[in-house]
Amino acid sequence: MSSDQEKSASKAKGKPSKGKPRIAVFKFASCDGCQLSLLDAEDELLAVVGAVEIAYFPEATRAVIKGPYDIGLVEGSVTTHSDAQRIQDVRRQCKTLITIGACATAGGIQALRNWKDVDEFVRVVYATPQYISTLKLSTPIAEHVPVDFELRGCPINKRQLIEIISATLAGRKPNIPTYSVCMECKRKGNVCIAVARGVACLGPVTQAGCGALCPSYDRGCYGCYGPMETPNTNSLTTQFRILGQSNDQISRAFRGFNAWAWQFREASEECQRK
Amino acid sequence: MTSGSRTIRVDTLARVEGEGSLYVKLVGERVADVKLKIYEPPRLFEAFLRGRHFSEAADITARICGICPIAYQMSAVHAIERALGIQIDPAVRLLRRLFYCGEWIESHTLHVYMLHAPDFLGYEDVIGMARDHREVVERALRLKKIGNRIVQLLGGREIHPVSAAVGGFSKVPTRNQLRELASDLEWALTASLETVQWTSNLEFPNFEQDYEFVALRHPDEYPFNEGRLASNRGLDIDAAEYEDHFREMHVKHSNALHSVLRGRGSYLVGPMARFNLNFDKLPAAAQQAAAKAGLQPPVKNPFRSIVIRAVELVFACAEALRVIQEYVPPSAARVVAPNRAGVGQAITEAPRGIIYHRYELDENGLILTAKIVPPTSQNQKRIEDDLREFAAQLVAWPLDEATWKCEQAIRNYDPCISCATHFLKLDVERQ
Repeated sequence: MSSDQEKSASKAKGKPSKGKPRIAVFKFASCDGCQLSLLDAEDELLAVVGAVEIAYFPEATRAVIKGPYDIGLVEGSVTTHSDAQRIQDVRRQCKTLITIGACATAGGIQALRNWKDVDEFVRVVYATPQYISTLKLSTPIAEHVPVDFELRGCPINKRQLIEIISATLAGRKPNIPTYSVCMECKRKGNVCIAVARGVACLGPVTQAGCGALCPSYDRGCYGCYGPMETPNTNSLTTQFRILGQSNDQISRAFRGFNAWAWQFREASEECQRK
Repeated sequence: MTSGSRTIRVDTLARVEGEGSLYVKLVGERVADVKLKIYEPPRLFEAFLRGRHFSEAADITARICGICPIAYQMSAVHAIERALGIQIDPAVRLLRRLFYCGEWIESHTLHVYMLHAPDFLGYEDVIGMARDHREVVERALRLKKIGNRIVQLLGGREIHPVSAAVGGFSKVPTRNQLRELASDLEWALTASLETVQWTSNLEFPNFEQDYEFVALRHPDEYPFNEGRLASNRGLDIDAAEYEDHFREMHVKHSNALHSVLRGRGSYLVGPMARFNLNFDKLPAAAQQAAAKAGLQPPVKNPFRSIVIRAVELVFACAEALRVIQEYVPPSAARVVAPNRAGVGQAITEAPRGIIYHRYELDENGLILTAKIVPPTSQNQKRIEDDLREFAAQLVAWPLDEATWKCEQAIRNYDPCISCATHFLKLDVERQ
């Protein structure tokens, strides 16, 4: 947010009207997919930008309106010293802070470093490791600042994103279920691929929201919405063993896009101990 | 204008995917330094792929980029299929082309209308543009949605679709499911032709460069997943020879590696390279639209890449229509992929240009080493080279206008910074 950009912003055409709730979108370590979900809401996008003021959203606009903001959407995990400081500033600027996606809510796939020597990881990728500044852990936003709502998913579901924005603006509780993927899968009328075909499926311990996509596409759920409320990972681990999965395979299943969510973390570490 | 030094700086480059900044130092009439700084945090994919099973690579590498996940999935599965010595069903090959058509339509529409056009028309963003050009933005949203609809049908969702698999797909659509896309695609083809005409009427700075264009080239078709890697300066190699000809350099100001052609330096990948090297493979409708828009290969003005993206939209819609006419489901959604040790490389054409993957597998199918070279790290040095030449035209301009123009020049490349670190911030300094 340089002063040059703010100055040049004043020369642009199509200035927004004043007095609408201000939304800001911040990015940390991530793939940009969750914030893209807002631009992918093709049917709702013009209505949303009619109801709110997009005050800070670098992926979509070069305009910068200074905080404070009514709603801050945060994508990505904290992996650098400067990002650990930046999230404190973001929190101070946002009345309601909502984290979006597996990186922001659980540390993301880049949290796989958390079990390894990050310096060795850097040496694998970069020829001059001393140019790279990175933390040993990839951590979710809530480990750094209080978060008002965590929207799960890798990527998030755009309808759930519109729901959480609408609910926050209306001052009501968002309707985001915390039950398992199995509930959605049953409602879709899918035949259970774990029972009928012996496919290892994380559906029983994974939070709903995707619409039971993987089982609907003839494959086991890979847990991209993270742990459901009170998941029984022990029971599922036992079931995976019955299906002939090795401890390494089960551990890898839990170490996906939500590997650092504590329920999945404990389940994978349990397998590693055996 | 003083003879002192001035700096153009953009701390957070907007309307690009990911985080980067630009720094340009002007001393008098001379451009003293250009740095495209990529401060997007490194995510170290090549390190944590080690020890994962090959069947996980498509899902994991998709997470490098939420804008072009299919590009990662396609390069991953093709490289691994090569390592395993697997031949895919011709119907699967057709479906993968359709999958890529969906991603190109979605990604190109996003960039043409929502990220790049606002620069040409003087808007901060598409939201401001929508206030004055509502019907144009509505056309964009509908076109983008049709691209997403293809991806959803084949893969369940537009971002990180779930069906791509080594050997094929986890599930393939029926003939009728694909036929249901036809009426939308007929509309999209017309809208894409309108997009070519609409973009061709924009104003383009007078700026041409002598580029080495690098893209896949296939004997029969405009490239997606197959072909030899070719250039306008005699490069003609197989994917397996990529690392003999290209080198990645680690520079201090960037968390993204710079890719160069050994002994030759920077090169350009993406729509302009593809168009210039494969014009003869475009369908007649796309060739005619290009000719009407005044495009004749070789196009050397990077600002015209917005028109070329529109021409590629015409291609993608026509190709998608061809696929849904020809498609007959394969006998199996995928061929069996047994564990086997091996090394495999693949190059496919992401919306932003070629993407290279190499995997080395052990006898249990676990990944020993992985290498991934995304399009933006390949274009990064070329973007700096463009800016060095282009900024020289801007020395007499007011700083805020010069800054915006430099940002526009960067956006010619539709840079995806998230990809490049697996990249951007403008910083112009004048002395």
